[in-house]
Amino acid sequence: MQYIILIYGDERAYASAPKAASEQMHSAHMQYAKEMTEKNVMVGGSQIAPSTSATTLRLVGGKPVATDGPFAETKEQLGGYYLIECANLDEAIKWAGRCPSIQGGTIELRPLVKHAM
Amino acid sequence: MPGTTFDRLMREEYGKVLAVLARRCGDLDLAEEVLAEALARAAERWPREGEPAQPAAWLTTVARNLLIDRARSNPLEVEWTDAIAEQAEQVAADAPPDHGEFALEDDRLRLLFVCCHPSINQESQMALALRTLCGLTTREIARAFVQDENATAQRLVRAKRKIREARIPFEVPDATQLPERIDTVLAVIYLLFNEGYLAHETEPPVRTDLCAQAIRLGKLACDLVRRHVEAQALVALMLLQHARRAARVRGGELVPMEDQDRGLWHEDDVRAGLAWLDGAIACHRQAQRPPRPYLLQAAIAALHGRAGSSEQTDWPQIAALYDGLLAVLPSPVVELNGAVAHAMAAGAQEGLRRIADLEARGELSGYHLLPAAQADLLRRAGDAGAARAAYRRALALATQPLERRYLERRLHELET
Repeated sequence: MQYIILIYGDERAYASAPKAASEQMHSAHMQYAKEMTEKNVMVGGSQIAPSTSATTLRLVGGKPVATDGPFAETKEQLGGYYLIECANLDEAIKWAGRCPSIQGGTIELRPLVKHAM
Repeated sequence: MPGTTFDRLMREEYGKVLAVLARRCGDLDLAEEVLAEALARAAERWPREGEPAQPAAWLTTVARNLLIDRARSNPLEVEWTDAIAEQAEQVAADAPPDHGEFALEDDRLRLLFVCCHPSINQESQMALALRTLCGLTTREIARAFVQDENATAQRLVRAKRKIREARIPFEVPDATQLPERIDTVLAVIYLLFNEGYLAHETEPPVRTDLCAQAIRLGKLACDLVRRHVEAQALVALMLLQHARRAARVRGGELVPMEDQDRGLWHEDDVRAGLAWLDGAIACHRQAQRPPRPYLLQAAIAALHGRAGSSEQTDWPQIAALYDGLLAVLPSPVVELNGAVAHAMAAGAQEGLRRIADLEARGELSGYHLLPAAQADLLRRAGDAGAARAAYRRALALATQPLERRYLERRLHELET
């Protein structure tokens, strides 16, 4: 069963954090990913660039039109994700709970939907 | 089929059988479906062929076979889990399914942990536990929570979908997750007990089977987490309350504790409850933390259990314990019960003053036990006119038939 760990946090606070703190967070994520890979839990994952880099696409008159945004109106924005493979929700909760970004952020855990081929 | 026998069986066996099935397929909806089909077959066959010696075993076997059939014929919808494969092998080898009582209880505890999973909201947790473990209907659950029946049905559907989609495991959590899960489990166990202690709608209104199930689940929880003060205290509390079951109802009327024939209290349960409380207190002393709600409530129930009569009860001590309980569990209902204890310790006026405070804050408006407590205290204080008015206010709010009969009798006595 695959679960996605969605990491939400205040990207402005993250951007203005001292360099040492960012480096520490980065190496904590490296360690976390390494351990999940060793345990055959990790399927994929990445940091996501801040919402200022986002492009929104909508159909306008039947054609996709790209615009700037969306602009973050909430306090927390999506900043990264991990895709993991676990036997059940409790196992996934254990791994998600160890995600370094839980410090100062929120972790959302969701199962992926498996469609029959 | 005489409806009552079948209904009783259904209530007593439903939770057990469903728990076994749910673990086997990991899907509550599917388990409920095959169990409903098995029950339909029972309704058809038992009147003709007689009720089997072990109804739970019969239902489990029939439902299990239906489950295997479904998994075979519908592989896209029903996952062929290891557990189902194991069942299929057993059937092929013509071996009887395992029906050991302990295995059944183990499955019920697993199901309870599923129902109490933190990713399900609390109201749904309780509704799900009542539905699956105790076989209450959606309508009964809606009544118990003073809710709309459709809303309750929706709540149950959403919770079951979540269990399936997020794959909440049918397992007792391991040592790292257990401590944080146990509080919810205890809360739901006590809610189940209370539903049995005075059911809102079902007949009979006092469901000793539900109370006994809750006590069994509580003991199982104690096996899981050794030396857990609140788990042991909860078992003590339930045993001490359950001990009064034969004295609580007389002639279709609820008998308040002071009027109960204490000779009818089950001495064994009182003794067992006191022993569980001693165990909880011993663990509590080692833990060196302030006492929590179940320990305080069990201590109150123990003082009642030890007393030979209402007059011999240590009311000042009970009133002090209520003050302690209110500090850790601030709730207007606890405050109301505490006010009654203070009245017993220091006179009706003291209790009436406290209840007037509570009433002025309006937190319990619409709660029939507030005017009922006022009425009892006014009656004691000899103010028959005010007591009558308070009993009438209580009757305007009370819906539980046993409680209504008690209030009606009191009112009638004051009118003649």
